[in-house]
Amino acid sequence: MDKKVITLTVNGETHRLQVEPRAHLADVLRDELALTGTHIGCEHGVCGACTIRVDGAITRACLLLAVQAEGAMIETIEGLSETGEIRDLQDAFRNRNALQCGYCTPAMLITAQDLLLHNPTPDRATIRDHISGNYCRCTGYQAIVDAVETVAKARQAAGERP
Amino acid sequence: MTDPLSPLDRPNSYIGRTVPRPNLERLVEGRGTYVSDMTLPRMGHVVFVRSPYAHARILDIDTAAAKQAAGVIAVVTGAELVEQCSPWVGVLSHLKGLKSAPQHAMAVDRVCWQGEAVCAVVANSRAQAEDAVEQVQVRYEELEPVTDMRTALEPHIPVIHPELGDNLAFERSLDAGEVDKAFAEADAVAEAEFVFGRHTGVTLEARAVLADWNPGERRLTVYQGTQAPHMMQNIFAKHLALEEAQVRVVCKDVGGSFGIKVHVYADEMATAALSKRLKRPVKFVADRIESFVTDIHARDHVCKGRIAVKQDGTITAFAIDDLTGIGPYSMYPRTSAIEANQVVNLVGGPYQARNYRARARVVFQNKNVMCQYRAVGHPIACSVTEGLVDLAARAIGMDPLVIRSKNLIRDDAYPTDSPSGLKFEALSHHASLAKLKQMMDYDGLRAEQKRLRQQGIYRGIGIASFIEVTNPSAAFYGVGGARISSQDGVSVRMDATGAIIVQTSLTEQGQGSEALTAQVVASALGVALEKVRVILGDTDNTPYGGGTWASRGAGIGGEAAWQAGKALRMNILKVAGTILQTVPELLDIDQSVVVDKATGRERIGLDEVARITYFRPDTLPADFQAELLATRHYVPRQYPFAFTNGIQASWLEVDTETGFVTLLNHWCVEDCGTIINPQLVDEQIRGGVVQGLGAALFEHCRYDERGQLTNGTMADYLVPMASEMPDIEVGHVVSPTLESELGAKGAGEAGTAGAAAAVANAVNDALDPFAVTITEIPLTPSVILKALGQRSG
Repeated sequence: MDKKVITLTVNGETHRLQVEPRAHLADVLRDELALTGTHIGCEHGVCGACTIRVDGAITRACLLLAVQAEGAMIETIEGLSETGEIRDLQDAFRNRNALQCGYCTPAMLITAQDLLLHNPTPDRATIRDHISGNYCRCTGYQAIVDAVETVAKARQAAGERP
Repeated sequence: MTDPLSPLDRPNSYIGRTVPRPNLERLVEGRGTYVSDMTLPRMGHVVFVRSPYAHARILDIDTAAAKQAAGVIAVVTGAELVEQCSPWVGVLSHLKGLKSAPQHAMAVDRVCWQGEAVCAVVANSRAQAEDAVEQVQVRYEELEPVTDMRTALEPHIPVIHPELGDNLAFERSLDAGEVDKAFAEADAVAEAEFVFGRHTGVTLEARAVLADWNPGERRLTVYQGTQAPHMMQNIFAKHLALEEAQVRVVCKDVGGSFGIKVHVYADEMATAALSKRLKRPVKFVADRIESFVTDIHARDHVCKGRIAVKQDGTITAFAIDDLTGIGPYSMYPRTSAIEANQVVNLVGGPYQARNYRARARVVFQNKNVMCQYRAVGHPIACSVTEGLVDLAARAIGMDPLVIRSKNLIRDDAYPTDSPSGLKFEALSHHASLAKLKQMMDYDGLRAEQKRLRQQGIYRGIGIASFIEVTNPSAAFYGVGGARISSQDGVSVRMDATGAIIVQTSLTEQGQGSEALTAQVVASALGVALEKVRVILGDTDNTPYGGGTWASRGAGIGGEAAWQAGKALRMNILKVAGTILQTVPELLDIDQSVVVDKATGRERIGLDEVARITYFRPDTLPADFQAELLATRHYVPRQYPFAFTNGIQASWLEVDTETGFVTLLNHWCVEDCGTIINPQLVDEQIRGGVVQGLGAALFEHCRYDERGQLTNGTMADYLVPMASEMPDIEVGHVVSPTLESELGAKGAGEAGTAGAAAAVANAVNDALDPFAVTITEIPLTPSVILKALGQRSG
C-alpha cells in the first residue's frame, strides 16, 4: 500500500511521517512515535483506552486515521504529563489508588480533565456519566470518581482564594 | 525464636496503613511497560489464521500466496509447528478420572472450536501479517458441533474426542450425613435450577507475548503478561524441548489479569515455538475478537439445587447437581475441572447443616475453552446456596437475615469443618452479618421498600454470605502433579548506602503486590518505605515461587517478605553489634538507624553499617562475616487453604415495565485477617464486586447452535461502565490466621464471589409482589420481562 507523507504536531513537536492511509492514529502514535502511553483496547471506539486530545477535544485515536490528523494539534498523556496540566489529577489518582493495572489510566485522566475543563463543579453522577465511555476492569470506578471529585473541589477552592 | 513484637507493633510499622503504591507514578504518566508496548530488533509479528467453524476437519492449507505477500517472514501450519512444540494434556492426578485429549499449539488435522488457530503468519508488521492471513486458503470439512452441554452426554450426540469414549471430562459425587432423611423430615423443601451465563475476563490489555529465542545464548526469553512466571518457565521448557535454565520469563506491567492470564494458551505457545523456529523475536498481541474467542471463558453452569428447612428456620440439608461445559479441552496445566470441583466443595459452606449431597459433571463441547477466572466456582456456589436459602426463607415466611443468623456457623465454633471436608480455622459470619445489618440500615431499608411498593416502585434487598478459598497450599495443584509452586520466596538485601532491594516471586497485575511487599519489608526492618525497592516478575532475578493468583499474594508472598525482612534485620544487627561491641538482641532498627532496643537511643546509621560492611570489612573481626542479604520462603502447611468469609448486600430497583435493574447501593463486609494496606484491600473488594455485578446483569458469551460466538465485540458484549455502577461500601471484621506471623489472608476474590448472588436475591425480593423467582444470570431486561410475562400470561 502506498504510503502518504503527513505532518503531525504531537505534544508540541512536529513530525514528518510516512504512513499508510489506512493506519489509525493510535497505531501511528505508538508504532511510529513510540508514544506508548496511548493504549489500545478494542480498536473500534468502545473501550476508550486510546483517548487523546485533538485540537483540544477528547478523541478516540483508534477511530481517527493518521492522515485525518494532518495539521491538527495532538496531545497525549506524555505531553499532558510534561506540561503539568493534569498533575493534580495524577496525584489524586495515585493517592486514592484510582488505578490498579493502569492500562485505562492515561485515557481516564484525559477524559477526567476534559470534564473539569468544561464543568468545574460536577457531582458524582456527572463524573460517572462523563467517564462512562472509558472501560476500567480493575477498580469498579468508585476510586476514580472519588479522585476526580477531590480534584474538582481542590481546584474550586484554589480558584476561590484571593 | 518468636519475636516479642508483633508485625503491627514494630517501630513505625506500615502494616495496616494506607500508603500509595510505589509503581503508580509511572503508570499515571503513561510510562508503563506493557508487553504490547515492547519491540525488539528483528522482531516479527504473528497473526493467526483461525477456524471459522466450531468443529471441522482440516483438508488442506495452501500457504503459497501468503508466503509471497509483502513483508512476510514465514507461514507455518499447525502440522509444521509440531516439530517445535509438543502437545499437552490438561489433567491433574488428584482430580480422579479427569480426562482430556492432547492439545497442540495450533490445530493439526481438526479444529474443535471457532477461533482455534490453524496457521501462523509472521511478518515485519502486524498489518502485513493481517494482510497475508487473508491469502491463506484453508479447506475444511465441517463436522457436527457439540454445543449444548445438557445433551452432550446423550448417546446420539457425537463424541468430540472418540479416543476418550464419551464427552464426560470429569465427574465428582459427594454424600455427607443423612440427606434423604433430612429431606423426608423437612417442614419445607425448596428447589430451583440455577443457570449461569458463560462469561469472560475482558482484560483491557489483551493477552500479549513477545518470545525471543537467541541461538547464540541458546536461551529463550519470553516477555509475557502472566500471573505465574515460574510456571510458564517450566511449561515453555517442557514443550519446546529446552532445559528450564534455558528459559527466562519476564513479566513487566500487565493490563489486567483476573485469572485470565494464569493459563497456557495455545497461541502463546505457538508464538514461542515460532521464535525458536525462526531464530528471531516474535510478538503476538490478541485483538479484541481474538480475546473473546480464545481467552478462557468461565461459569457456564446449570446447577439444580434443593434445600430442606424446618419451620423454626433450621436448614437441615443441601443437595446439588451441577453441570458445566468446558469447551473441547481441559485447560493446561490447571485443568478445567477445578471450577466444578469448587462448586461441590463450597455449596452450603457458610452454614451449619451437615447433610449434603452433590454431583458435578464436566462435559466437553465445541466452544471456547473454559477455566479459572476470578473467584473460580465461588459465584456459582454462592448463588446456588444463597438463592436456596432465600427460597427456604420464603417457604417458611422468615426474614432473609433471620434465617441466616439462625444457620450460619457460630463465631465460637472454630476450628471446624464442612460436610465436604473443608477445614475452617476462624471465620466470623455472625460478626460480619451484624456489621452489615448496621452499615446498610436493614430495618430502615425494609420500611422504605414497603412504603415505595405502595407507589408502584419495586425495590429489593439481597443478602449473600460467602466463604472464600485463599492462601492455597500444595493441595490445590502440586499434589496433582502440576509443577505450580504453592510457596513463595523473597530476598531482601541492603545496598552500600543502606537502601533496601527486595526480590519477590509474587507478580503484579494491579493488586498491589509491590506495595504490600515494600510495606512488609520496611516494617520488618525498620526503614522508611521510600528506602525499599521491589523487583518482581522475572525468573532470572527473583526467588522461585507461585506468583499472584488465588488470593495468595499477601498471605503467602507477604509472609515470606516478613520472614526475609526479619532475617535481614538480625543480620544487620549482628554487624552493628560487632561494630558497637554489644549483642544484637539489645538493638533494633528504627527509621534506618540502629538503636538501643530498650531506650531508643541512636547508635549507628544503616548507611554507616553498609559502608563498613562493604568497604572497610578489614575493620571487623577476622572471624566475622557480614551477610546483608537474606532469603526466606513460606508456604502454609497446617491448613490446605486459609478460608475467609464475608457477606454482601444489594439494594436495587426493578422497572417492571422495561425490565431494567438500577443498582442503588451495595455493601460488602469481609474478613481477610490482618489488613496490610486498607485502601488496597477495599479496592480489591470493590473491583471484585463490580466484576460480579457484570456477571449478574450484563456479561454473557452468546453462542448459537453451530458454536458461533455471536457477540464477540465490546459493543455487543456488555461490561459494567461507570454510570451503571453504584458506590460500594466496604466493612471489615479481622480474624487473622494464626498459621503465619502476619496473619493475612486473601481478599482478591471475595467481591466477585458474592455480588451476583446478592443481586439475584435482591431482584427476586423486589419482584416478590409478583410471585416471580428468577434463577438465571445475567438478569437482562428480557429475562426479567419474560419471567414477569409468564406470571401474567
